[in-house]
Amino acid sequence: MRALLCFLFVLFASAAVAQDNPNVRLDDEPVSEVAPAKIEARPATGGAQTREDIMARQRGEEVDTSFRREFGDPDSAAGISNQLGTLGGASDPDLWRALRFDEANITVSAGGDVAKVLVQDGGMAWYQFREGPLTKYGTYLLLGTLGLLVIFFVLRGRIAVDAEMTGRTVQRFNAVERFAHWLLAGSFILLGFTGLFVLLGRQFIAPYLGREFNSTLLTASKFIHNNVSWAFMLALVMVFVFWVIHNLPSRTDLKWFAQFGGIIGKKHPPAKKFNGGQKIIFWSVILLGGSISVSGLSLLFPFELPLFAKTFTALNGFGVNEWLGMAPFPTELSPQEEMQFASAWHAIVSFVLMAIIIAHIYIGSVGMEGAYDAMGSGQVDEAWAHQHHSLWLEEVKAKEKEAPGGATPAE
Amino acid sequence: MKPMLTGFAAIIVISVVAWYGLGQAGFSSSDVHSGPNVRID
Repeated sequence: MRALLCFLFVLFASAAVAQDNPNVRLDDEPVSEVAPAKIEARPATGGAQTREDIMARQRGEEVDTSFRREFGDPDSAAGISNQLGTLGGASDPDLWRALRFDEANITVSAGGDVAKVLVQDGGMAWYQFREGPLTKYGTYLLLGTLGLLVIFFVLRGRIAVDAEMTGRTVQRFNAVERFAHWLLAGSFILLGFTGLFVLLGRQFIAPYLGREFNSTLLTASKFIHNNVSWAFMLALVMVFVFWVIHNLPSRTDLKWFAQFGGIIGKKHPPAKKFNGGQKIIFWSVILLGGSISVSGLSLLFPFELPLFAKTFTALNGFGVNEWLGMAPFPTELSPQEEMQFASAWHAIVSFVLMAIIIAHIYIGSVGMEGAYDAMGSGQVDEAWAHQHHSLWLEEVKAKEKEAPGGATPAE
Repeated sequence: MKPMLTGFAAIIVISVVAWYGLGQAGFSSSDVHSGPNVRID
């Protein structure tokens, strides 16, 4: 879990740095220091940027733009009634550069803060991150997870129930729990596929199936993604309420992890209703799914729910950037940058959760004999329950004895 | 099996309700941040 958090931080931090500095490239090219020769050459241009600056920027190198962010000199401004006095000590190039760096004092009659941003170069960094590292490492993660599961299946095979099936079953999940699970599962799969189409369509679908097809597919995907999201969020709340009490960490989990949950080797450690691995799945779904939901709401209601300036302020306050050896996270973001961060974060966390869920689907279907029944019929064989959730089975049996008549109440 | 199919059916119902309800509420970006003067539909 700690490694997962570190991974997320590194990925997110790279986006944060790039968003903060428009001259940082998000691909793998090295960034060089500002050459002193370029700075020395500036007086020859009257303080403006030089040809070397422009060439360096085109090569993707870092260029110090601070000298271009000095806009006029109000102290030496001509009187307001004099010629040029209305410019307040600034020249026309000062004004254009202020617009370029989004530092001009813009007044708009409609549209609010969003409309005040006339040039927003963070969009290019976001686009490059989206088309580059996000797509590349996201697809590597999903394909890598699938590949590892295939290798694991070849090496380990299906985890069988060691003892003979008894033919006697116990109820593992009731109808409402299963409804919530499938509401969550169905909506997540739809959201996952439609999200991937939206992210990857231009690069991987349009070249092969045509732009018209891609356009239609993405329009439908966006419609499905926006509306199915509500079912996902509802189901997320439901499973949290139903199962949080069973997913609190306990000492039993340590034993379970020490024996690799019986997945590797022949031992089958004791477990209650949810074993250590299932608790990781549960908290991943709740925390990552919750984060995806919040960033998704921010995207669903554009500019209404800015999250990242506040989050970065809090992270800087905790000194998270110092732990990571980074400059402070940017805390003054334009509305558009807020949306770009929300979009990037939404996709990053979704990729991680998709990889985890692929593993969950594997172990709940082909990877383990009898596992599907828990969410299919809700009834599992006692031999399966004894092998994978022995402590839970004992609890169920004890309750059965306590119940009037000694039988399991009908569902 | 019934809870699974009911769950899938609920996804459709919730989505249609969300689409209709949010559409009526005028939640979309074009509704909120644009108007007839700045967008040619």
